[in-house]
Amino acid sequence: MAHGILSQILDYSSRANPYPLYEELRKTPVFHDGTGPYVISTYYDIQSLLHDPRLSSDARNLAATAGDPLAEGGEAEETALPPSFLKLDPPEHDRLRRMTNRPFGPPHSPHRVDGMRGGLKDIVSGLIDNLGNTEDIDLVDQFAYPFPVTMICQLLGVPREDEPKFHVWADTLAASLDPDPDADPAERQRKTHDSRMELGMYLAGLIEQRRKDPGEDMLSQLAVGHGPDESMSTMELLSTAALLLIAGHETTVNLITNGMLTLLRNPDVLANLRQEPGLAVPLVEELLRFEPPVQLLPQRTPLVDIEVGGITIPKGSSMWLILASGNRDPNRFENPDRFDPYRKDIQHLGLGSGIHSCFGAPLARLEAQLALSELARRLENPRLLEDPPPYRQNAVLRGPRHLRIACDGIRA
Amino acid sequence: MADTALDQLKRSGRIVVVGASLAGLRAAEVMREKGFAGSLTLIGDEPHEPYDRPPLSKQVLLGKADAERTLLPRRRDIDAAWRLGVAATGLDMAARTVKLADGEEVPYDRLLIATGVRARPWPNEVEAELAGVFTLRTREDGAGLARALAAGPRRVLVIGAGFTGSEIASACRERGLEVTVAERGNGPLVGALGGVIGAVAAELQRENGVDLRTGISVTALEGDSTGRVRAAHLSDGTTLECDVVVVGLGAQRNTEWLAGSGLGAGPRGIACDAGCRAFDLRGIVTDDIYVAGDVARSPHALFGYQFLSLEHWGNAVAQAETAAHNMMSESTDRRPHLWVPAFWSSQFGVNIKSVGVPSMGTEIMITQGSRSERRFTGVYGYQGRVIGAVTFDNGRWLQFYEKQIESTAPFPPPFTTVDRRPDGQRPIPADFPDPSVPTHGPTITLSGYSPAERRIATFTPAGH
Ligand SMILES: Cc1cc2nc3c(=O)[nH]c(=O)nc-3n(C[C@H](O)[C@H](O)[C@H](O)COP(=O)(O)OP(=O)(O)OC[C@H]3O[C@@H](n4cnc5c(N)ncnc54)[C@H](O)[C@@H]3O)c2cc1C
Repeated sequence: MAHGILSQILDYSSRANPYPLYEELRKTPVFHDGTGPYVISTYYDIQSLLHDPRLSSDARNLAATAGDPLAEGGEAEETALPPSFLKLDPPEHDRLRRMTNRPFGPPHSPHRVDGMRGGLKDIVSGLIDNLGNTEDIDLVDQFAYPFPVTMICQLLGVPREDEPKFHVWADTLAASLDPDPDADPAERQRKTHDSRMELGMYLAGLIEQRRKDPGEDMLSQLAVGHGPDESMSTMELLSTAALLLIAGHETTVNLITNGMLTLLRNPDVLANLRQEPGLAVPLVEELLRFEPPVQLLPQRTPLVDIEVGGITIPKGSSMWLILASGNRDPNRFENPDRFDPYRKDIQHLGLGSGIHSCFGAPLARLEAQLALSELARRLENPRLLEDPPPYRQNAVLRGPRHLRIACDGIRA
Repeated sequence: MADTALDQLKRSGRIVVVGASLAGLRAAEVMREKGFAGSLTLIGDEPHEPYDRPPLSKQVLLGKADAERTLLPRRRDIDAAWRLGVAATGLDMAARTVKLADGEEVPYDRLLIATGVRARPWPNEVEAELAGVFTLRTREDGAGLARALAAGPRRVLVIGAGFTGSEIASACRERGLEVTVAERGNGPLVGALGGVIGAVAAELQRENGVDLRTGISVTALEGDSTGRVRAAHLSDGTTLECDVVVVGLGAQRNTEWLAGSGLGAGPRGIACDAGCRAFDLRGIVTDDIYVAGDVARSPHALFGYQFLSLEHWGNAVAQAETAAHNMMSESTDRRPHLWVPAFWSSQFGVNIKSVGVPSMGTEIMITQGSRSERRFTGVYGYQGRVIGAVTFDNGRWLQFYEKQIESTAPFPPPFTTVDRRPDGQRPIPADFPDPSVPTHGPTITLSGYSPAERRIATFTPAGH
């Protein structure tokens, strides 16, 4: 076993292609180097742990000695706002997620996401119309980032003009998920804490406005509540809103960028998608398997000693579930390293599974489907200017920082 | 390569499937997938191509789906000769032919029986014929009942509070109709899930405005001069006015057509081995007749080789796949049907799921959530091991408990979970009705070693 494989995975130089390292990791399905987290990398283990009620997502259950480089960020957040439901267990998790879901999905709002289709299409068209110089397009800055941001702003009812403000906070908070080996932990913790405070205060102002003058947006609906035992406290509302804003920001951009990168590396698939836009549906599923925007879940801890693959993981240990590795497990998927949107059997882990499975999944899927099919249809002879592209630092929320492409023109 | 009997069967054999519904269709698809190129005949007494039944007691009754539009999606082309609207009336095992109601005889090399079950009718035939009295199994039943509900009856009476009856009551309430549920047992769903969960289901019904009457049976239905049902007489001496009655008294297995054939078929279904091969009356396994779906009863290693009869959608699919696989395989490549029973239902806005065989459990422990919130996981124990689990709006955890059942994990579960509330600290009796007293509407029937079965229990597999 390669020593220090975890630091290799976290090291920036592995960002463009972490998959060989995951393959190495799978040789020791429960990897533990003595001090760090227990790392789980095979499909079936991850899948069953995601449904294991002995596993907590609440950092307060971590033993002090868990030795997790990611745990510190978690604590810093708590001092600013209570943990979001992402970091809570039932029953609190269930209550908050259920209330958040009311204005978002079925049964109370079955048409919310589908009703956004038209708006999404308009944004996609507008962004493609304005790509400008087709000799050198940065698909991240010009398309993959502004698209989901515009969307999440509309959905939540956050003014789009404020984007430069909360962009910085969101970036810092997303970065706090990354165990950046070079950063000074105290400094990082302070920055994370400040950003969370500032974001919280910003959202508090918005929520105050929405309470007085509610609209159709999700913030308004969450702020107004649904009766005495089914409404959120202001603090809960703030962390939920912050979660939605950041998650709506920092993941879809990677899904779309990874998608376009993969398509440009697989021109035959790109050509098929151009012919047949409906292919976008299975293609996005394959993408979520092949290049998932959330590579690993660093936030689990067992409440009791549990046994995984013959190894006992002590209560309170830090556990990482490497979703992206499970997705490439040859014991689960045939030819896992092949990108094949025609795969039939594609129960991937890209959006997690169990009670914490991606809340925004329906929206993320729709956004990626529309974005990729439109890009395929409208860009004439697109090609990569740089492969691999430069990646963002983050090993958890992994994706290119820029994706420079060129094309011969833009179809109507 | 030697031209084996199997190769020949695959190339030019004749396969007949009796029962053209979920199990029959899925099996046919798998046979083609496994390279069966011979002639394939699907015989079904209903005039329709295979359709899906679960929506009939759910979306269809709410007017959200059309009973005519629940055709099962096709996984692939099966290139079959369809004999629809004609029943199989007999089987000649020696001549290898199936007799049809129209007098024709269809020869086979391999036969798959997937004739399922039918709704148990109201025992009084004259009363059962009254307009406004329904059972619910077929598309026609679903369409008729949906129409009757849409017409805005003043009161609906549901007889029997099993899963189907409870779903119907739920649909009635969602449509704003007055509904009475009469249940002979002491609560809804008790046959399948026991009295502890039955009590939760009862609360759920009452809270949603169902007039639930337990410990009561309907003694007679009364019609008006035009032959429409107008009232029901109950065992407590009262009379209930109602203009729609739904009889939800469970199901009967469609095996009568096999009487005298020599196959091991009876009121409890068709006994088969773990590989879906039917037993004959002498307890000898056949090699050319397979069974799958609701009509089958097969031994299950996880449950002491009890013969299980399951009325579960997922079982029908999995068993059909196994049967078809085995029909297309050499004996060494055959595989057992080791499906862990799983069932779902949705009623009163709650998603109910179960795995394993709760009705084998003697104790239950709430390991997550709480009954008062109607969001919980209950785990059933039998002789110190986990045998089943049920969830109310908590289904995402079920996979874990399925593993516990498969690995015969100890009961009560010795660990804490992320969400154990005060009512889950200890196991309590699961409170199932006496198994020798027939209840209506259980979706799992344990038939192997039950005392009531002893006189016809000729199918005990030896050596296990
Ligand atoms: C209203 C309703 C709701 C349900 N909801 C759920 C649910 O929520 N979850 C769940 O897990 N399961 C549910 N089920 C059960 C599920 O539908 C069955 O398990 C499944 O249909 C079994 O499939 P099958 O092919 O074995 O039998 P069936 O679907 O019963 O098919 C058997 C077919 O064979 C035909 N047949 C019978 N005798 C003959 C003959 N002699 N000749 C020719 N054809 C014959 C029958 O007419 C029928 O078409 C529900 C069932 C009903 C009726």
